[in-house]
This record gives sequence, C-alpha cells and structure tokens, in this order.
Amino acid sequence: MSLLTADNIVAGYGPVDILHGVSLRVEPGEFVTVIGPNGSGKSTLLKAIFGLVPPRSGQVTFAGQDITGIPTERLVLRGLGYVPQSANIFAALTVAENLEMGAFVRKSAVAARIDEMYGLFPDLAEHRRRRAGNLSGGQRQMLALARALMLDPRLLLLDEPSAGLSPAIMQTVFEQIQRIQERGVAAVIVEQNAREALNLSQRAYVLADGANRLEDSAAELLHNPEISRLYLGG
Amino acid sequence: MPPLLARLWDDRLRWHPTANPYVRAALWLAGVFLAAAILIFGDPGLLVNGLLLGGALALAAIGVTLIFGILGFAHFAHGDFMTLGAFIAYGLLVGVFPYLNLTQTGLGPFTFGFPLLLALPAGILAAAALSAVLDWLIYRRLRRRAAAAMTFAIASLGVAFALRAVIRGSMQAGWDTQIVHLPRESRQFIQLPLDIRIPPDNLFLGLAAALLIVALYLFLSRTKAGKAMRATADNPELARVSGVNTQLIIYWTWALGAGLAAIAGTLIAVSQAQFTPLLGWKILIPIFAAVILGGIGSLYGALLGALLISVAMEVSTQWISPSYKPAVAFIIMLVVLLIRPHGILGKSSQDR
Repeated sequence: MSLLTADNIVAGYGPVDILHGVSLRVEPGEFVTVIGPNGSGKSTLLKAIFGLVPPRSGQVTFAGQDITGIPTERLVLRGLGYVPQSANIFAALTVAENLEMGAFVRKSAVAARIDEMYGLFPDLAEHRRRRAGNLSGGQRQMLALARALMLDPRLLLLDEPSAGLSPAIMQTVFEQIQRIQERGVAAVIVEQNAREALNLSQRAYVLADGANRLEDSAAELLHNPEISRLYLGG
Repeated sequence: MPPLLARLWDDRLRWHPTANPYVRAALWLAGVFLAAAILIFGDPGLLVNGLLLGGALALAAIGVTLIFGILGFAHFAHGDFMTLGAFIAYGLLVGVFPYLNLTQTGLGPFTFGFPLLLALPAGILAAAALSAVLDWLIYRRLRRRAAAAMTFAIASLGVAFALRAVIRGSMQAGWDTQIVHLPRESRQFIQLPLDIRIPPDNLFLGLAAALLIVALYLFLSRTKAGKAMRATADNPELARVSGVNTQLIIYWTWALGAGLAAIAGTLIAVSQAQFTPLLGWKILIPIFAAVILGGIGSLYGALLGALLISVAMEVSTQWISPSYKPAVAFIIMLVVLLIRPHGILGKSSQDR
C-alpha cells in the first residue's frame, strides 16, 4: 500500500486554480522528486497535501486514511512533516526552542529527541542557545529539517531545501537529507536543483501548468535528453 | 511662479525633519537635554512615584505589544478594557459588597481593604471574557476575509467607543453620576530619604506590576504555551505546521492582554481614589507613546518606554499643570516618530 496518494488534486488561491488535477504517490521509505518550471504548481501541491491550501476537489490519503481537508495542525500527529521553502524557522526563538516547537504536540521524551537531533546535526548543538535568526543560511536549513524531524515523521515534504544556498552548503544539506533517508523516512522533494534531488530519489514527477506531464524512475529521467535540457541545465 | 519660489515651495512640500540632519540633531539634543534636566532637576519624589505608576502603564503597553505581535494591529480599545476592569471591580466594591457586609478598608498600610482584592479577579475575568467574545464576533471574521491591519485597528476604535458608551450609560443609570469615589481610609505617606514621599497605594501598584511582569516573562520563556505564543507571533504559518492551534493562541493572547489591562485599570483607579468612564481613554495616548518609544513589537521596549513616559509625565507636573500629562506623552511620541520611528529597542526597517 502506498504511504501517500494524491489523486486528481485541484487547488489554488482565491478564484485562481493552480493545480488542475495532479496525482502523485509515495511508497514507504521512498524519495520522490517533483520538478517543473516556476509556476507549475510544485509548492502548491505540497501545501495542498499538507492542508495549508485546501483542495477544491481530489483526494489525499496517508497510510490508508483519507486526510483531505484535515487542518494542518492536526496532520503533524499522523506522521507528516513539512519544511516550507522560506520562513521555515522561528527566527525570534533560540535553536533549542525551535526544536521544542517542532515537538509541540508531543507530550514526553522531547529532550531525548532534541539530543538525537543534535547528534544528527552537530552544527546545531554548538548554537543551541542562539537566536535562530542569527544562524547562517546552511544552519537555518539544518534547523528547518531538524524541526520537521522532531515528531519522527514517516514522510517529509521538502519545498526547495537548497533555495538560496551556495553550492558547497547545498551539498551538505543534500548529504544531510541522505542521512534522513537512511533512517527510513520517505520524502517528496520539490527542487530547482533537480539533478541533486533526482540522485537521491527513486522516482520523479514532472509538472507543467498545474498538471502531470511525466512520471518515471529518477534514473530514467536523469538520462532523458529532453528533461535534461529543460530542467537539469543541459 | 518664479523658479526659485517654485523650488522652495516644492522643497517645503517634501520637507521632512528626519531627512534634515540639522533638525535631527536639534531634536536629539533637545531629547537628551530634557532627559538630563528631568534626572538632575526633577523632584526625586516625582521620579520615584513616576517609576511606580509606570508599572500600570507597562502592563497596558505590554498587552498592546502582545496583541500587536499575534494579531498584527494596534488595539485602540485597550484603554477601555482598563476602564472595564476597574468598572467591574468598583461596581462590586461600591454597589454589591456593602450589601454583603464586605466593607473593610485600610488593609495593612494601604487605603483599600481586602474586598478590592476579591473584586479584582472579577474585573480580570470580565475583560478577558469580553475580549474573547469580541474576537469571535468581529476580529475572527475580519481575519477570515484577510482584512487590512488598518481595518482591524478602526474596528477596535469602534469597540473602544462602544465600550465607553456602555460603561457611561450603566453608571448614569446605576448611580446617576460619572464619577465614583472609593471607600478608603486615609494613610500616611511612606517617608524615604531625600524627602521622597510615596503613597502606599503607589507602592502596591508598582510591586504588583513588577510581580506580574516577572510572571509573564517566566510564562513566555519557560512554559510550552508561552513559547507557542512567541512562535505564533514570529511565524504563524510555521506554528500551524508545528501543530499549534493558532486560533486558541489568539484567544489566550486576548485574555492575557485584556486581563493585564483590567489589573492596570483597577490599580490606577486605586491610586487616584476615584473611577470615571474616561480612565482608560485618557491613558491611551501614554500607552501608545510608551509602545512607540520602546520600539513597536518589543516587550522589553514596552516596559522601558512605559517607565520613561510615566516618569516624564510625573516630573512634568513640577513645572506645568497635571492636566498636561497626556500632552507630554503625546509630544514624546511625536518626537520619537520623527527622529527614531523604530523606538529604542525596535528594529528599523533596514535591519529587518
């Protein structure tokens, strides 16, 4: 059984539809990349799955249960984590407080989980009392990942984890994401740097104008000359 | 029009003190001199009492800052929530408790008795409950339609007028008057060196405010609910993503802000030994002066601004009539807006 299915999702903002019936599935432990040009609806798809943009029609199921239209704040309990593209940390809170907020709905063993995150992201451990707003771009991205991992989700929705990072720092972020994969967490990654994301993924979807354009294994897409020319920079 | 005249005219239209270095420097100097004059020539008694009374102003300014942080608008009804808290407390004290034989005054060194301490929680609860109801009735609907911050602020101004009118009307109907004097016992001033004389009630006000501010600090920095409140103020969408019910946080913020306002209003009525329906309205300008001086959005700024504004208002009575106190706050607010709009601790738009 698929971990996540999105079936024929129609969603948008105000009167405008961005997604015109997009479908996607993720198997347990699988990494799936979503690529497509700007404005093709990649971010909106993640938001629709996570209840931040309520779907107008279509169905989202997670672990066999219908989660369509369930408010965001209740989805985190079910094992879904989301890392927004921008503003993905609490800048005014300390690093430790950011992690505590990640486990807001958790009643116990929060401190142990925070230590676990410091083990996974040693860079954060050195800055635990620092205001998150004063961290570097790479550290912020680590913190955003760690915050989303606090509840031990089965699926992470990552919106452009490498946006605005230098190539070297981007590399460490992707290495970090690979470590997350090794822990058995599944992920949907929306990425501009599609090549890096595809290297980590089993399958990928190409969106265009709010609709599915192509679905294939990541390896096939990496070697598809048209995709390579359009989305992978040659 | 001759070209030179046209240019002058044009410059005059565009003239802004902030852009003119001389005007800026002059205003800064004036501010520093004024602060120095207050410290050196100010009556130390007025200084100390201003600091103590600043506690009530700080409670109100902190409430305005909390509401601004979570809801993103200037809450103009804050003064009238102070009035409401004091009105409920004094309504009980003057209109209900005497029939229950609860009429003690002169508790310890203070002019009031323990009935006031019984009435205070009623005022807090009334203000907190009303603020939540008004959010449900008005502000929640405005949020749903993504109204502009100005719309929220004007709505709160409407709430302020309505609340005051209801309190005035109730007083007229109940007591046939617009001013109530409180049952109290006159007390000796507390004498300190330097000829400083403190009314015991002011000491009560200052200490109560200090305790509440420490409690609020511990709440915001140590408890889960407090951290969720700060997180929501910082990044509401990410707070939702983390599982925070932000609507619940909004109700808590209202209850906290309105509750603190009710306490501040009652304490001010105690120190003035009277209640009028204009109590909170008159203090609205000093509240916003404190918030702006400290830096909009900063809780420490609100505290600092409130103490400074309160001291300036009290010390000014040494030279000018006490009825000018709100004008003193207003002038400070204007000058701060002209030369340093982000206040003492706030972030300037360039820093952000």
